Amino acid sequence: MATPVIQTDKLTKRFGDFVATNEITFDVQPGEIFGFLGANGAGKTTAMRMLCGLSIPSAGQARVAGFDVYKQTEQIKRNIGYMSQKFSLYEDLTVLENINFFGGIYGLSNADIKTKSEALIGRLGLQGEAKKLVGSLPLGWKQKLSFSVGILHQPKIVFLDEPTGGVDPVTRRQFWNLIYEAAHEGITIFVTTHYMDEAEYCNRISIMVDGKIQALDTPQALKQKFNAASMDDVFYQLARGAKRSE
Amino acid sequence: MKQFLTFVRKEFAHVLRDQKTLLILFGMPIVQILIFGFALTNEVKNSKMLIVDNAHDRASQQLIAKVEASRYFEIEQSVMSPLQMEAAFREGKIKVALVIPDNFNGDLLHLNEANVQIIADASDPNTATSLINYATSIVQDYQTGLNRNLTVPFRIIPETRMIYNPQLKGVYNYVPGVMALVLMLVCVMMTAVSIVREKETGTMEILLVSPFKPIFVILAKAVPYLILSLINVVTILLLSVYVLDLPVAGSLLLLFAESTLFIITSLALGIFISIKTSSQQVAMLISLMGMLLPTMLFSGFMFPIENMPLPLQMISNIVPAKWYYIIVKAVMIKGLGFNAIWKETLILAGMTAVLFIVSLRTFKIRLA
Repeated sequence: MATPVIQTDKLTKRFGDFVATNEITFDVQPGEIFGFLGANGAGKTTAMRMLCGLSIPSAGQARVAGFDVYKQTEQIKRNIGYMSQKFSLYEDLTVLENINFFGGIYGLSNADIKTKSEALIGRLGLQGEAKKLVGSLPLGWKQKLSFSVGILHQPKIVFLDEPTGGVDPVTRRQFWNLIYEAAHEGITIFVTTHYMDEAEYCNRISIMVDGKIQALDTPQALKQKFNAASMDDVFYQLARGAKRSE
Repeated sequence: MKQFLTFVRKEFAHVLRDQKTLLILFGMPIVQILIFGFALTNEVKNSKMLIVDNAHDRASQQLIAKVEASRYFEIEQSVMSPLQMEAAFREGKIKVALVIPDNFNGDLLHLNEANVQIIADASDPNTATSLINYATSIVQDYQTGLNRNLTVPFRIIPETRMIYNPQLKGVYNYVPGVMALVLMLVCVMMTAVSIVREKETGTMEILLVSPFKPIFVILAKAVPYLILSLINVVTILLLSVYVLDLPVAGSLLLLFAESTLFIITSLALGIFISIKTSSQQVAMLISLMGMLLPTMLFSGFMFPIENMPLPLQMISNIVPAKWYYIIVKAVMIKGLGFNAIWKETLILAGMTAVLFIVSLRTFKIRLA
């Protein structure tokens, strides 16, 4: 088995007395689509922020893409992509300008950006829109574009924080096709979602409750273990016991 | 470095694409200078002047004729008691009064010396000064005319009185004030809003996850506004020299250097606000209420600081615009050099340093 791209060992984050993330331990394999589930307030975002180098853990260990989350955040940032639940491109810039900008801040060469942006626009079928402001595109396209821009620098891992919020089912399906393509190219996908049908698309999922990981396995195995017909059931059985909620 | 330039280019794209804001950015200084320039003009043509001629002799008639000949005054002659005159001033019927004493001609002939009194309503100090100056110069003109064929010269001594505001505090030039105001507005508000906007839209998170260093995010944001502000300084100076005839007395280079310093102070302030707030509205409100108002009130531009109660005077010391206003007045109007303003410069530089350090620290804490 290859070395995991994400390894955590009792990773913990405390804010004062509040333990947002409580000793979580898990591994993510290269090329895996890893679903990171949990109710609102369960600590998913905090965990993700620590893995992205945005937040320093209070205790525990973690390595992302082989780099330590305490000391090597710079290297981690170079090797990850990120897309948040908020749409995160610049609406007042054109599609091309956004691509050039994000390619630029990741230090890609101009020639590299040019070939990549052409490929990206071709793949998404945005030829007619390349010079339009991103703000004028429909939400579904924006999300797909946002994801594509997020992996423009070919990161080892891409973190997706509820990437399909507010998107219609057809577009969500297309979005997942993009995710599969990326995974196929060897990019590890770390995704949080509230849609249980999306959870089924993942190779493995973990479910967080009150800052702890309560279950971690393939969707199939989890359903068997909890004797549930669907992931909805599994999630409900686990999250019902949660004390924290928003 | 290339990454930094990419970022700066993106910031320019934001600024240039938002044409309404751009119009405000470049339009505001022009409009303000013109409004202040022409609304606060020291125009004294046809000001109402009251002449109280208590002498009614040859010399007083000659003097009055001289005043009438000038285009500055619209003359009303009557004999008024000091009390009546005061009432006329109060009602704004007259702006300036010339009082010629009894026996004006006699004094001139026998003593070779006579007094006239000139009283001006100094509630508007600029106008009052001009009126007094005009009236005095007419009197002197008359005196020179009399002395032409005499061996022992006559002397007419104009006694001037500024009523309502004898010290003429607040005689200022508004150009330095407008400069401070515009720079403060552009730099503080625009920087604050543009950084907070990235937080609001979620792009800030993306930037923080990228290998691009947070400090560069902030610096790159400041660059376009630094340049825009320098353009504004040039616009204001051009307007003041060519439209308002107010030349730059001191070193232009020094003025630009000091302006750049003040711009950086303001940018630091904007950055500080943006780090402390999380919505564009709040950032805008704080910039407007927290910065614009104190700038107007405490820079000395609108209200003389010396007249304020001590606590307010102390507050004025923490307003950067106050120091910049002093510097610009010194350099631009009085033509002084760096040794006259090093203290103010040091204060501004100190404020900038503190703001930057505090901002960077808070920014790091937010990241943790």
